[in-house]
Amino acid sequence: MATTAMPHDTAHGETHELPFIRKYIFSTDHKTIGVQFLLMSLLFLFVGGLAAMMIRWQLGFPDTPLPGGALLPETMAPGGFLLPEFFNSLVTMHGTLMVFFAIMPLLVGVFGNFLIPLKIGAPDMAFPRLNMWSFWTAVPAGIIMLSGFFVEGGAAGAGWTSYAPLAANGEYTGVYLGQQLWLLSIALLGLSSILGATNYITTVVNLRAPGMTWFRLPLSIWALFITAILVLLAIPILSGAAIMLFFDQTIGTHFFDPTGGGQPLLWQHLFWYFGHPEVYILILPGMGVVSDVIANGSRKPVFGYHSMVYAIIGIAFLGWLVWGHHMFQSGMNPALGMTFMVSTMLIAVPSAIKVFNWMGTMWRGNIRFHVPMLHAVSFVAMFVIGGLSGVFMASTPVDIYFHDTYFIVAHIHYVLFGGSLFAIFAAITFWYPKMFGRLMNPALGRVHWFLTFVFFNMTFWPMHNLGVGGHMRRIYDPNQYAFLQPLAGTNRFITISALLLFTSQILFAVNFVVSWFKGAKASHNPWEDNGLEWTVPSPPPHGNFSATPTVLHGPYEFSSPLVQDADFLPQSRNLDALPARPAGE
Amino acid sequence: MANAQAAAMVSPGGRELGSGVYNEKLGMWVFLGSEVMFFTALIGSYVILRFATPDAFAAPNAILNVPLTGVNTFLLICSSVTMVKAFAAVHDGDQRGLRIYLLATLVIGATFVGVQVYEYIHLVHSGFIPAGYAEGSHLAERAAAGELPPSIGIYGSSFYAMTGFHGFHVTMGVICMSFVTLKAFRGKYTRSDHRGVEVIGLYWHFVDLVWIILFTIVYLI
Repeated sequence: MATTAMPHDTAHGETHELPFIRKYIFSTDHKTIGVQFLLMSLLFLFVGGLAAMMIRWQLGFPDTPLPGGALLPETMAPGGFLLPEFFNSLVTMHGTLMVFFAIMPLLVGVFGNFLIPLKIGAPDMAFPRLNMWSFWTAVPAGIIMLSGFFVEGGAAGAGWTSYAPLAANGEYTGVYLGQQLWLLSIALLGLSSILGATNYITTVVNLRAPGMTWFRLPLSIWALFITAILVLLAIPILSGAAIMLFFDQTIGTHFFDPTGGGQPLLWQHLFWYFGHPEVYILILPGMGVVSDVIANGSRKPVFGYHSMVYAIIGIAFLGWLVWGHHMFQSGMNPALGMTFMVSTMLIAVPSAIKVFNWMGTMWRGNIRFHVPMLHAVSFVAMFVIGGLSGVFMASTPVDIYFHDTYFIVAHIHYVLFGGSLFAIFAAITFWYPKMFGRLMNPALGRVHWFLTFVFFNMTFWPMHNLGVGGHMRRIYDPNQYAFLQPLAGTNRFITISALLLFTSQILFAVNFVVSWFKGAKASHNPWEDNGLEWTVPSPPPHGNFSATPTVLHGPYEFSSPLVQDADFLPQSRNLDALPARPAGE
Repeated sequence: MANAQAAAMVSPGGRELGSGVYNEKLGMWVFLGSEVMFFTALIGSYVILRFATPDAFAAPNAILNVPLTGVNTFLLICSSVTMVKAFAAVHDGDQRGLRIYLLATLVIGATFVGVQVYEYIHLVHSGFIPAGYAEGSHLAERAAAGELPPSIGIYGSSFYAMTGFHGFHVTMGVICMSFVTLKAFRGKYTRSDHRGVEVIGLYWHFVDLVWIILFTIVYLI
């Protein structure tokens, strides 16, 4: 009786056509919203990449005008040479766009939206309209962020971390309005993320199909669920801090500005109390989708499924206890620094469990090196390198030497590009057929993967050497320091590699766009996978499932001896005569 | 009663919900978790700033009008009581009680915001602004005479940020409450299905609880 009055009842299964604007623009369908997030964040990925190319050109060839730099206005690059202020804006915006508007929405916004209802057997999110608002607050946040480039003083230039007092007072950077827009945009994006996280958590808890017990959830959903909890609890800290910093600039408060009695270190604490969970927001969903793809590519159950789940939870929990390792140089009590060092190193344990389990999954598997698998295996390899360089920084005495050098830049790119972005490529290529109903070109996909993998390593590996050589990060012209001049050749090598890496992405863009219109039609289950999403048409209809599926098996029952006709066992497949085996055990 | 519970525990598709709590209620609890962290950022910053610069804070009654805000606090607590009464009324099928108590909650909530606006205007007039003392104001003169701390920028910053964000939350609550009240007057809430009343109630009690903490640490201590 009460069900007739459900306020969020969006009439699933309706067959009549929605008007264009409701179907594609202000859609409440989680799949459409996922695709909207995908297009938005790929656009920001491109803009962020463009900023990186300009940064690299300046560092590799500071004495040569930027090719095409004449197109930039005098306030940015007179005569094709980047101004130092514009360089600062580029560094800031590259970090900000990549973290907040590319990687985070690509993982959480795209795959959280697209996969959660499909994989748990739900018709849609718990709050479809809230979901729409989550996207339509992210879009204005992105526009506000980019508008910084077009206002007087340019875009924010205090780094993606916006440390106070540098960011608290426009006199220090010469950026007034741009910094305020940055803070507003971050606060607005925070609202979008919190709405999304509320939705994901409610959906996973409440709307799992019958039989979809917690330990039958695919690891991608586990990771997205735990990530949503991190988003829910970490983002409001950043929002609060950003608004306080905004007030410092606009209405004369003194939270972070020492000239008025404020505490600059307070900003660092607030920022990193958000920022370290954020690091796991950026990697956990990647670990989740990679687990799905590696099991599929290896045709074996994930090795140690339960330990994978507990490792995700462990990483997420420890992520709250380690924020101080970003602040070893802030003059903290050495005893406190030691505590943060130990808690940080503890994270290596669950991370290593995951890596060993991925290798255990592949071990003696009947491996299919399809494009998503290539990206997923690259993720594991690159994550190991990024994880190991992380141990260097976690250890206080070593960090004192490496702090603020290109070693840090190398590390962050090994985990965020080598890690997260390879996972994103794996996820996009894996679920593309389900999203768009067409297959991507595998040959083009392989070439793209190969070039990306090679040029990625050529770009970021030598940055470790730069860092050990003392090359500071975020500097405008390394050649003005005598001790960095011997590294100029390495810098040029990195810049050329980076340009090649960027250019290689054209292959992905072409594959993505052309396959959308011209790709071969995808069947229900092109990868022969077990997830519930592969039991429905590609792309799935509005409402996803014609009848609520009943889940009978765990998510990774590949090469099961119970199945004679195939090497996979869809989660909802009823093995008639045979008794259903308890899953995941 | 048992019927109402059962009806609330199934989704539109007619299947059981994982938590046994309907979506809106679970969603509100989850959202409140996020709100806790938001206010933690504010309150935590306040605690750190207060310990770091104790001299930048005026004595409890020196600038702020504690009795006025005390009365306002009492009002807000009363609105939580009327909120509970509204929920109890609809639970018992008492439509008239639901409307009266919701309306009372709405009016008291709006009054709270009104008193806070009055307080702000009064404070700004006397020279207490987010940046500290307004130049040439009555309070600045008293500070120059040594009756008040010489610089209270941090006090102004944290006072306006904390009470302002709380006021913003009450305002949002009042706006949502007016929709709920309107729906109640249209008879949309029944004994078996009154989720809107319960969900706004959760939010209302949370905002009330936060105020009790804020009042204590900002005004009293």
